[in-house]
This record gives sequence, structure tokens and C-alpha cells, in this order.
Amino acid sequence: MGSIQLQHVNKSFGAHAVIPDASLTIEDGEFVVFVGPSGCGKSTLLRLIAGLEDTTSGEILLDGRDMTAAPPAKRELAMVFQSYALYPHMTVAQNIGFPLKMAGMDKAAIDAKVKEAAATLNLSSYLDRRPRNLSGGQRQRVAIGRAIVRQPKAFLFDEPLSNLDAALRVNMRLEISELHQQLKTTMIYVTHDQVEAMTMADRIVVLNAGNIEQFGTPMELYRTPANRFVAGFIGSPKMNFVDGAEAAKHGAAAIGVRPEHMQVSTSAGAWKGTVGVAEHLGSDTFLHVNVDGLGLMTVRTEGEKQLHHGDTVWLTPDPARIYRFDKDGRSLRAN
Amino acid sequence: MARAASTQRKVTVTIVAWVVALVIFFPILWTVLTSFKSEGDAINISHFFQTPWSIESYFEVQSRSDYFRHFFNSVIISVGSTLLALLFSIPAAWSMAFAPTSRTRDIMMWMLSTKMMPAVGVLVPIYLIFKTLGLLDNAWGLMIVLMLMNLPIVIWMLYTYFKEIPVDILEAARMDGATLGKELVYVLVPMAVPGIASTLLLNIILAWNEAFWTLNLTAANAAPLTAFIASYSSPEGLFWAKLSAASTLAIAPILVLGWISQKQLVRGLTFGAVK
Repeated sequence: MGSIQLQHVNKSFGAHAVIPDASLTIEDGEFVVFVGPSGCGKSTLLRLIAGLEDTTSGEILLDGRDMTAAPPAKRELAMVFQSYALYPHMTVAQNIGFPLKMAGMDKAAIDAKVKEAAATLNLSSYLDRRPRNLSGGQRQRVAIGRAIVRQPKAFLFDEPLSNLDAALRVNMRLEISELHQQLKTTMIYVTHDQVEAMTMADRIVVLNAGNIEQFGTPMELYRTPANRFVAGFIGSPKMNFVDGAEAAKHGAAAIGVRPEHMQVSTSAGAWKGTVGVAEHLGSDTFLHVNVDGLGLMTVRTEGEKQLHHGDTVWLTPDPARIYRFDKDGRSLRAN
Repeated sequence: MARAASTQRKVTVTIVAWVVALVIFFPILWTVLTSFKSEGDAINISHFFQTPWSIESYFEVQSRSDYFRHFFNSVIISVGSTLLALLFSIPAAWSMAFAPTSRTRDIMMWMLSTKMMPAVGVLVPIYLIFKTLGLLDNAWGLMIVLMLMNLPIVIWMLYTYFKEIPVDILEAARMDGATLGKELVYVLVPMAVPGIASTLLLNIILAWNEAFWTLNLTAANAAPLTAFIASYSSPEGLFWAKLSAASTLAIAPILVLGWISQKQLVRGLTFGAVK
């Protein structure tokens, strides 16, 4: 079991509230991603769950038991840090076996469990090496090995892939997702990368300035964002926003159109503009268009579009996929 | 042109460095040479190098004052005070480096400021306390007073080292189920071994050379090598050769230790100075 409940959790440093009031229920076995821009409080929220920070007020329940005041060692959670946080003076085997040693397990049992974890993570031939002799990906695997070896109630990942190069990041992303399928243990994963959030999560918590803006499945967040912040944060490239008269036509203070929900034409359409930059990715083309009277917009088109800087184009948004927002940025659902 | 200027600069710096080093080394050389002379030659400057060399002073010093007893007292007091200092300073430096409060900085400055106070200012109260507690001329008493004297420097050095250890690693240990004690024993101390070693060496050297408290609080039983040297410093009579032999015997062990560990010491003293 590994359900986690946050009830009106507040964390303040002096007069400054980093997390004003967070309430959340994470079910057993769920993969939940905390996502948001830098400084939004996502890592702080994770550290509060881990017990590495004390709450100012509110309760944290693990499997229904109040663990708000319990030290990290008593919470039966495992954490993987952004910096890997391996013990540099210990070998890979000693690193992985450290939590078991702390639990007072005998040496033979530790050896067996370490070998099992190492086999799962393809680390068997590195057991005698020290962390400094490993690559970034291998270090991250050791950190994961150290987390899985004692079968915790939940795994906490604090931006674990940030220090890896792009190709390795994609591989490790898949490995962590596979690990979740295999172990079926609750996982909380912190990232600022919305692609990681969308691809890995069962449910995503979008945070902004310490507030939970929305908590839902990736597709809920994409299709029905609660507000302008979530709409802008989820989706890549970002949603385009239009204020003023054009938004008023749709009965809203602002409207949003995703780059993939616009048609591009060289002859006719709703909004006329000039191509500023064209990014040709092969599978897609991203056009950054200066639309007359509306400003810069990004459009995503499939395949290779032969458009370049200075070309005149017309953009037409899909009327069924226009998001409307009131003056406070809240979504207006029905037309 | 620039290269010529640079070479000239290098030569000048090298010459100055050698002159300074020789000036510093000269008293030690003089002491060592004098220790191998007779008392008569010792005070005669014209016989600086030309003299019948002998080791008579060394034998006399050992037979008269028992060098080895003082040597063992010095070892016990310097090593003991260092171990005591580490026992208190490791937890203190841990809390200052990893769990600081708004007053930590002030406490550290206050600790350092105690080093600016002349030791003689507290001689009378300390003497009376030691007398009441029966710690006069006692190795434990000296270990405690030398530990207290060097504690600010030891805490500051360890604090500088501990600050270099990523806090993530200690937090990882906490997540892995380590209690505070286990976190110190299994993670912090092994990672800080180079820092602890150089702190230990420096503290041993400081304690070994300490003269004010060791001379004032000891008489015979716990007297270390500083008291051994002082016993040959007399306003009357000619004891230069014996005094030099005693000094050479007193500084030799610590000189060897410093020579062996000079790399560690330099690293320890300059740690954190250059990022």
C-alpha cells in the first residue's frame, strides 16, 4: 500500500508562504507528476512528503496514518535526487545495500537483494566500482537501485533526469515508466519538463506559485485546462493567446489556440501574417508567424512545409478547439 | 619584452622566497648546531662551524631530565586534546554547516573572538578552578584546557570542510533510514576524512607547541616537552648547548610529522580559499 494524502499543507519561510494551502490525494500505485516552472514549489512539496522539510501547518497522511511529524527514516519512502546523491566513498554494491544495512538486515540477505536489484537495472558488472567511475546514466541507475532495494511504500523522484543528455533522458524515461509497470508502487515525480509529465504520468499536478492549479490525467489537462496558466504550460509548442477584440468575438476576455489546431494557407484564411522563423524538424514544421494586429503566433504543421522567412500566410484556427478564458484567466467551458 | 620582465619577476620572487626561508630557518639551524657543541663553544660565535662536535649534551639532558617521560606526556596531551576536540567539534560543525539558525554566524564569530583574548587574562580563574578540581599537574586537565583553546579553530576548519559536502547526500542517507548518529558515522565522517585528517594534524602541532598553559598548570607529573625545554632556560650559568639539545629533541618529532604531512596541512589550511 502507498496512498498519500495532503490536507491543507502550508509551508512558509518567515512571512513568505512557499506552499500556501495544498490538498491532494494520491492513490496507491499511481504515477503522479508534479510539474510547474522553476520556483513554483514542486520540489518543496516533494520534500514535505519526504519529511526533509517540516510543514508549517496541515497534515500528511501515508496509508491513512498521520506522518506529518515523522522523520524521513520512519516514512518508508525512497527518494531519487537530481544530483543522484550517491555515497562517493562506497562501491555500487555498498550504495545499493546501504538502506538495508540501516534497516539492520544481515549481510547475506543484503548481498542477495543487491544482486537482484543490480540485475534488474543492468548493473551486475559494476558492483565493485565507485560512483566516480560510472557514467551519468549508470549513476542514475544506482540511485534507482538504492531506492527499489528495500521495497518502499512510494518512490519520490526529484527531477532525476535533468543532468542527463537528451538521448539518455528519453531512455531513462522509458526505464522509469517500465519500472512503474513492473513494481506497481506509488511514484511521485517532479519535473519542469511538461513532455516528461505528459508521457509518464497517470495524473499530473500543475503547480504555480505554490498553488495547485489543476490535478488530472494528461489528456484532461490538455483538453480541458482549468485556466490560462495550465493551458499555456501543457502542450508543446505553447498555446497561442489572443486578447482584445478578437477574443470578444468569442465572448471571452482571452482566447487560446494550440499550434497544432491551426490551418496554414498561402492564399486565404482568418488571420493574415508573415513568417518570422520556420523550424523544419522533418516530421513537423514549426512556423513562428507575426500576425497583423495579434502578434506572434506559433503554428505546427505536419511534414515539410516549404515556407520561409518573409512569406505571407493565412492562419485559420479550428473553431471547435478554441479555448476561452475570462478576465481572471479561468476557463469558460460551454460556448 | 614581456617574457623578459616575467623571468626577471620570477627570479626576484625566488630570491626573496629563499632569503625569507633562510631567515626563518636560521634559528632552528643554530639551535641544532649548538646542541652538538660544548657549553664553551656554544656561546662563542666565532666557532659557529668550527668546533669539536659531540653528542654529550644529549646524554646529559636525558640523564638529568628524562626526555622520554616528557615526550610521552606531550604525545598524550596533544593527541588526547585533539581527539577530545574532534569529539565535540564534529557534531558542532555538522549543526553549523547543515542545520544553521539565524544566530549561527554570530556564534561562529564569537567563538573566533575568544582567540583574540590574551590567555593570561583568564589564567587566575582557570588556575583556581583547576586547583579546586584537582586538575593541576594532571594530563586530563591539560587535555581539557588545550582542547578548549583550539576548539574554535577546529570547529571553523571542519565547518569549512563540511560546507563542501553536498547536503543531498546527507538527505539521501536520512531517506535511506539512517539516524543522525549513523549519518555522521557512515556518511559524513568518511566523506570528510581528508579534512578531519588535516584538522587533526594541525591541532596536534598547535597542542604540541603550546607553552603558556603547559608551563603554568604543570609541575612534574604531567609536564610535556615545553616544560622540559624551559627547565634549561636559566638566568645563571651556561646551559646553551643543553638548552639547544632539549629544544632539538622537543621539536624533532613534530618537525618529522609536519614534514610527512605537509601536503595535507597546506591543503587543510587553504581549503575553501579558492573555489
